[in-house]
Amino acid sequence: MDFLKKNPSLPVFIAVLVIFTLVVTFLSEAYGTGALSTSFVKTLGKTLCLALVAIAMDLVWGYTGILSLGHFAFFGLGGYMIGMWLMYARTKIIVVESMVNAPIPPTPSEISDAIGSQIFGVVGSSDFPLVWSFAHSFWAQIALVVLVPGILALVFGWLAFRSRVTGVYLSILTQAMTLALSLYLFQNDSGLRGNNGLSGLQNLPGADAISQDNISIWFFWASAFALLLTYLIAAFVVSGKFGSVIRGIRDDEARVRFLGYSVEGFKLFVFTLTAILAAIGGALYYPQAGIINPAEIAPIASIYLAVWVAIGGRGRLYGAVIGAVFVSLVSTYFTGGQAPDINLGFYTIKWVDWWLVLLGLSFVLVTLFAPKGIGGLFDLVSGRLSPNRQGAPLGPDKGSLREEEAEQ
Amino acid sequence: MLRRLVAACLLFLTCALMAQAQDRTVQDVLQEHAEVIVKSSRKTIAPAIEALAGSGLPAAQDVLQAWQSKDMWQRQSDGLFFKAEKRDSKTYELFDFTTGQSVGTVEKSDLKQLKPNSGIRAMIGAALVQFQLNDPDPERRRAAILAIQRDGEASHLAPLRESIAQEPDPDIKALKEVTERLLTISYDTDEAARVTAINGFKGALSLEARAALNPVLTTKTVYAEDLPDTANVKRELRAGSRDLSASEGYALMIAAGALEPQPSPDARKSALEAHIKDGMVGGVPVAALNTQEARDRAYVALAREGVVPPFDPSFSIEDAVTGVRFAEVYAEPSKAVTDAAEVVLSSINRAVGLNQMFDLTLDGLSLASIYFLAAIGLAITFGVMGVINMAHGEFIMMGAYTGYVVQQIVPDYTVSIILAIPLAFAVTFVAGVAMERLIIRWLYNRPLETLLATFGVSIALQQLAKNIFGTQARPLTSPGWLDGALSINDVVSISYIRIAIFVLALVFLGVFLFIMKKTRLGLETRAVTQNPRMAASMGINPDKVNMLTFGLGSGIAGVAGVAIGLYAKVTSELGSDYIVQSFMTVVVGGVGNIWGTLLGATMIGFLQKGIEWFNPSNTLAAQTYMIVFIIIFIQFRPKGIIALKGRAAGD
Amino acid sequence: MLSYESARQFCGFQQGNMEVKIQLKATLASALFASTAIASGAFAADCPIKVGVLHSLSGSMAISETTLKDAMLMLVEQQNEKGGLLGCDLEAVVVDPASDWPLFAEKARELLTVQNVDVIFGNWTSVSRKSVLPVIEELNGLLFYPVQYEGEESSKNVFYTGAAPNQQAIPATDYFLDELGVEKFALLGTDYVYPRTTNSILESYLKSKGIAEEDIFVNYTPFGHSDWSKIVADVVALGADGKKVGVISTINGDANIGFYKELAAAGVSADDIPVVAFSVGEEELSGLDTSNLVGHLAAWNYFMSADTEENASFIEAWHAFIGDDARVTNDPMEAHYIGFNMWVNAVEAAGTTDVDAVRSEMYGQEFPNLTGGTAVMNVNHHLSKPVLIGEILDDGQFDIISQTEEVPGDAWTDFLPESAVLKSDWKDLGCGMYNTETETCVQLKSNY
Repeated sequence: MDFLKKNPSLPVFIAVLVIFTLVVTFLSEAYGTGALSTSFVKTLGKTLCLALVAIAMDLVWGYTGILSLGHFAFFGLGGYMIGMWLMYARTKIIVVESMVNAPIPPTPSEISDAIGSQIFGVVGSSDFPLVWSFAHSFWAQIALVVLVPGILALVFGWLAFRSRVTGVYLSILTQAMTLALSLYLFQNDSGLRGNNGLSGLQNLPGADAISQDNISIWFFWASAFALLLTYLIAAFVVSGKFGSVIRGIRDDEARVRFLGYSVEGFKLFVFTLTAILAAIGGALYYPQAGIINPAEIAPIASIYLAVWVAIGGRGRLYGAVIGAVFVSLVSTYFTGGQAPDINLGFYTIKWVDWWLVLLGLSFVLVTLFAPKGIGGLFDLVSGRLSPNRQGAPLGPDKGSLREEEAEQ
Repeated sequence: MLRRLVAACLLFLTCALMAQAQDRTVQDVLQEHAEVIVKSSRKTIAPAIEALAGSGLPAAQDVLQAWQSKDMWQRQSDGLFFKAEKRDSKTYELFDFTTGQSVGTVEKSDLKQLKPNSGIRAMIGAALVQFQLNDPDPERRRAAILAIQRDGEASHLAPLRESIAQEPDPDIKALKEVTERLLTISYDTDEAARVTAINGFKGALSLEARAALNPVLTTKTVYAEDLPDTANVKRELRAGSRDLSASEGYALMIAAGALEPQPSPDARKSALEAHIKDGMVGGVPVAALNTQEARDRAYVALAREGVVPPFDPSFSIEDAVTGVRFAEVYAEPSKAVTDAAEVVLSSINRAVGLNQMFDLTLDGLSLASIYFLAAIGLAITFGVMGVINMAHGEFIMMGAYTGYVVQQIVPDYTVSIILAIPLAFAVTFVAGVAMERLIIRWLYNRPLETLLATFGVSIALQQLAKNIFGTQARPLTSPGWLDGALSINDVVSISYIRIAIFVLALVFLGVFLFIMKKTRLGLETRAVTQNPRMAASMGINPDKVNMLTFGLGSGIAGVAGVAIGLYAKVTSELGSDYIVQSFMTVVVGGVGNIWGTLLGATMIGFLQKGIEWFNPSNTLAAQTYMIVFIIIFIQFRPKGIIALKGRAAGD
Repeated sequence: MLSYESARQFCGFQQGNMEVKIQLKATLASALFASTAIASGAFAADCPIKVGVLHSLSGSMAISETTLKDAMLMLVEQQNEKGGLLGCDLEAVVVDPASDWPLFAEKARELLTVQNVDVIFGNWTSVSRKSVLPVIEELNGLLFYPVQYEGEESSKNVFYTGAAPNQQAIPATDYFLDELGVEKFALLGTDYVYPRTTNSILESYLKSKGIAEEDIFVNYTPFGHSDWSKIVADVVALGADGKKVGVISTINGDANIGFYKELAAAGVSADDIPVVAFSVGEEELSGLDTSNLVGHLAAWNYFMSADTEENASFIEAWHAFIGDDARVTNDPMEAHYIGFNMWVNAVEAAGTTDVDAVRSEMYGQEFPNLTGGTAVMNVNHHLSKPVLIGEILDDGQFDIISQTEEVPGDAWTDFLPESAVLKSDWKDLGCGMYNTETETCVQLKSNY
């Protein structure tokens, strides 16, 4: 009960999510009236995954004060890990089928060679690289979804926090990590098919007979469920004493350290936990998108993630969700060429051309005039207002909590 | 007696041919070979060129030159060839080759231009050598020598040697002498002359010398058990060593017939398929053939029956090649020549290696200066003021586009560059000041938010550039005097544009140091950065200082954009290519210190070139490993190479 | 008269465009607000006939793909002026996948299920095609892909109107070997699938032509690479053993500008080290000063300088449509021109836009090339087209110095051991990946 009291938004969030899931299900082509096309259901499912990773970002940035520009890298890694199994298993079924009619039954190494040349023939090679060692096993790859980004975050975080790299330096460092990872994956020699990435992920192995109408709604359910769990985990983490400590770290790291807390340990835990959450989001996202390639991991994706959280309102979990859902759906609407042109007489504004300008300027406006983001509107509803301190800072640190955020 | 008779006959024949040739015009020769000339393929063109060059007709040189420069046209109506000159867009005036007279003006649609490809042009060039070596025009003589260097043949040797003595121009004479020695190495029959010529190239770095020497030393690895004694052996080899793998040795033995090849797995598999009887092969059921062992067992059984070639499962390539002699053998039979060439070439290679290191150093230096130039503006806004400006790359881009726009208005490239540099500074200075006034000054206490807001500006500016200039890359052309490269020798060279960038980087370093250390603005900037309140109470206006400093940093980024646009390309994504590198340059070097930025750029530039040198086939890997190195480096020196100490460090 | 004509055209285009937009708006509204209006599109499916255009209008690929979108709008407009198709007007449905590969799959699904288009013309990069493939195959759509690509693919639902490696890379390499006498090769490429696959095909082809492995230098650079000094120096140094060096470039997009600038600065003339490029066309050359590059080569199936009646009228129509006489035409535009006209003829022959019926009418379709001769659609879904090699001129155009007979496109290359045994025949064998050794169909769907 204490938990709920500390998180008044939790029941509302669960209710909204459940109702949304039910509505989408009853309007889907598979289980309902068919008013929502399958491609739109996929878009909604993907948006839920983005909301999930936005919660992770909010935990690490909004609550702990680490502006990580690398969480989309973990998201992508999760996608790669599940994608390897999907590609391998699907190709194996095709290869085994085509070999059934051969006069002599194939040896295991012949099967594996044939799978290799099917998967890598596209990029001009045919041998399995070492990183595919576990691709044959579903459970091993599922474990890797958690382990690979987790260990990367652990090692990277340990090195960075140990050397007391903080603030914008850490941001630039995480950005460098993202860039290095995407450049590495861009190489064909990395063994993950370079620029082509892994594709055809929406075709589940052995599920050829099942329509994408059904598969899309299953993934939608899974994404909604994962989002719910993530929200619960995040709410649990930020509500107890642990939450107080990490917020303390955000506001004044040195003071928390003087109080005897192991700041590095707390940061490392949050960094790694959120990396794992992001990876799970990615593992659900990319089978719906159908393709993952290194461009997904480019540094700009991680910056967008930060922007979603900023626009939605950081330091509150539902803010992150709102930001991710709002910006990505509006973005889809404008870049889809579906928004009507505005004719000014002398010039016609085509949204395809001007949407990014608008988005860019809206970051500026949100940071300058609405640091609480869209989530701040809920404070108006609940009537909570910040005390007026005439701009005096609350703590000595640069980047520490401003007065607008203090009242929570 | 007999010999004299033959000689006389030959003489007579030659005279007769000459006499006949007098009656023939060059047009006849062309018509005889009209088919291959029109077909214009290097594989079939040789007889036509030989016939023209050997015709002895005075017009032959003209024809060849016109053909080579694509000025020869064929009239469609009668198939005759003429030299043509353009009159206007639709008509050409034709000239007869023999008389040089105009034969009228013809519609383009009735003409077909002969377009010899560069392979044929080189052959024509080689054929022209005999006419051009003693041509009064020095440029033609030079062209003839280059044609020999490019496409020399044995027949050039004699005329070249003759022409050296009468060469008036000392430069061309030296060129002819070198070329003569190159030809001697490749084509002379006299061993001693070749050795002398080879020794003449000791320590020479030119590409041509290496190109002449290397073919002399071509070797082939062979199975050496039955090698003839006359063979010019470079060295003996054992299979399984670094230079010759066991499987290569095995292949050589099979090629030499010294070993019966073992059937390959694929061959064995298809043999098994061919001998399936009632679901069994060699006593093994087909369904059980899904392992290699079972297949081998079945195959051995078949081999025992004698229906397939024998196969020994215990056969190993390593055992088969052990103790067998292999050798590397020169294609060149003369040992004296190869020995001399080995000695000279190894001296050349040492010199080339040294020069390559030097060239790599120049490349590294050039890359470092580009990174430095891209980062120096950031060294001011981020390094000195502590403002994270993600739109820094877009300021670089704006500078580059300013250069492009100026070039559209001022067509003279030199003038336009001179104009573009201050203009780019002005444009980005204003943009920087505007951004500082409107956005950044509200966020001085919130650096992470500055990052986001300026990122917003960055994507908006990028998209604006796309809307205005389009997504296509725009040309920004350097003036003629920056074309080409400074070549110290055939190995070491660097383009002038890179030298210009290097100089510009040095100038900026100087300007930065001067402003920071010697001017009032520099003093005030340093004061405001260290303690804004104290500075304010000393009568400095921190707002104004911040504004000017930020404008300065942005302005420098704009000028850097002009330079970067000159050497690479001008697109809306130009800036984002440099932004992460620039930040890393500043962070690695150490924030707040221009020397640190310089060191950071140098380290990153050299590191990248060094990694590229280790792995020349993958430039992407070099960039990846460089970033990984930087990440690790920052772990151990979080404050960069030159860390500020004491109060200036801020914390 | 002329101005009246162009004004009418302009208005016609505007109107068409508006219709598209209104349609799109309606669809989105129905999708977003979950009304049941979605089905209304399905009733009118027969008329107008909808042509989906799936080209990026924003992002990094907009530079190339926007032109193709305009070319498609022009072709649709021309067809409507001729009286449409099967008595219906054609309607272009334009969507923007924004150079985002997953978005290509999403937009393709939207075109096929929400807009119910009858055919899609689109894609540029291989990775975007691979992203779209599963969707097109699942929903039995029809895609015309207009860009030269690496081959090793033959989907039942895709017609490849661009060049396969044997229609561009192999003839260009033959030209190097036979005509220029090149003995040592530098294969420079941007690090992605097209250069990788093309280079591995070329490597094995060159070895079969007796070029030793050490005489083939391969280098991959990232997209947008700008620092070329070391690579150009490496290429020049290859000439040290007296063999003639040639560069085969699969460098993509912007990176070419820096590469050619460095080449010019190093004084590398086409006579010393010729460069043949597979991704450099008229559009790319407009971004740089070509006076120092005269004589370097490019291989395509089309050059704007082709001297034929058809080409002249195509260029004229293009300039009139786009309202700018400086705009160039290029190879993928010709591919769309051929593909679109073939599709129109196939629909007329079939009397319906049904994908399976149209597909079986496509085999053997003939249409005149803009460069002369006739393009033929083969049963492996690739075209027979002539191969052209052009030398760069100082005005940014190409001088065509070699033009072959029509070469049939080969889905599976003969120069890689794994694919030499494969062939594609959708008409008689009904299989795009048929193993001629085991005489079985390896798979009906494609590799993605």
